[in-house]
Amino acid sequence: MIAAVIFVISAAALLQFFFFYCRSLIAASAKQVLSAEVKDVTGIERTASGDDFKRVMQLLQLCPERPEDRTGVQAIGAYFSLLNFLRSTVARIVPSLRAWTELERGQCAYFAAVALERRISFSRDMLAQQMDA
Amino acid sequence: MLGPADWVIWFLATLFEALVVVCSLHRNAFRRYFFLNLYMLFSVLVSVGQFRVLIHYGRSSLEYRYFYFYSQALLVISLYFALISLYSLVFRELKVEQYVRFGAVLLLAGTAWFSYAAVNQSSSRMVTHFAFELSQNLYFVGLVLTYVLWGAILKLRETRALLVQVVLSLGVYFSAHAASYAISNLRPDLFFRMGYLLPVIGCLLPLAWAYAIWRVPEEARIEPARLAVAHR
Repeated sequence: MIAAVIFVISAAALLQFFFFYCRSLIAASAKQVLSAEVKDVTGIERTASGDDFKRVMQLLQLCPERPEDRTGVQAIGAYFSLLNFLRSTVARIVPSLRAWTELERGQCAYFAAVALERRISFSRDMLAQQMDA
Repeated sequence: MLGPADWVIWFLATLFEALVVVCSLHRNAFRRYFFLNLYMLFSVLVSVGQFRVLIHYGRSSLEYRYFYFYSQALLVISLYFALISLYSLVFRELKVEQYVRFGAVLLLAGTAWFSYAAVNQSSSRMVTHFAFELSQNLYFVGLVLTYVLWGAILKLRETRALLVQVVLSLGVYFSAHAASYAISNLRPDLFFRMGYLLPVIGCLLPLAWAYAIWRVPEEARIEPARLAVAHR
């Protein structure tokens, strides 16, 4: 009985902490301004849309990966899937939730674009180091 | 017999744990987050020890189970103290650190006593079940304490982005572990069938901390109250 109660509380807390954690990652990247180059590549001007996410993630996978970026990108990928699930289920009934999931999906895409920017500059630095060597 | 997945998970987990310490040293945050780094150093040592036992005796051996559960119990105690050190950081300005420490030791002793009492009542294999019970209960106590800490962060309007991310990722870790321990207590046959779930969860915390320490500057600020609001 105690184990069942612990399981239910833990699962609820897991969802809640995961939700807050992903939003804290997004909030940190939302303040960063994208370079003109990344804006051109991703097609994101000022605000991103949820539909940009898949494309930006594909671009992100083309760049060399950095271990310290991995958690953030994977967590936001999982968060984006969770938002898609909400959008196709509960949000169909609740219009305000639909608008919110759209906004959050767009912020996920913006996060991915910021990560892309970091990876591009990391690749540049690596290339410059190789050229120097 | 070890498969390639065992090797990969072990290697990545150890690498990420070491990465946290390296990132802290590089960012001059080792002393500020001393107990977090100490936990990661212990984790590296336990990872190496666990892997040696795994190679010598195999996953289903009694030796591996003893080593696994007792090392996990010791690790969760050190993680508990890492969590208390986060309390000290949040409550520093209120000058209540000694009360926090006293309360933490009292709660740890209470949890150990509760685990002992629960095992003593229901099990003939006391020694093996005590470590399991203690780990499960400490993960749950850790989860509750992290939740209280998150509440305190919201209430005290704590805005340090690095601290907020460290606390939230710790909340994810504690709740995932508490849930998996609870489900394996409900269905003991599931624990070893869950296979890679716990080791994979174990990789997530060091990755999240390494990311936070590496990417988030100490002076970065965030509004935690905004994270908790779903509708704008």
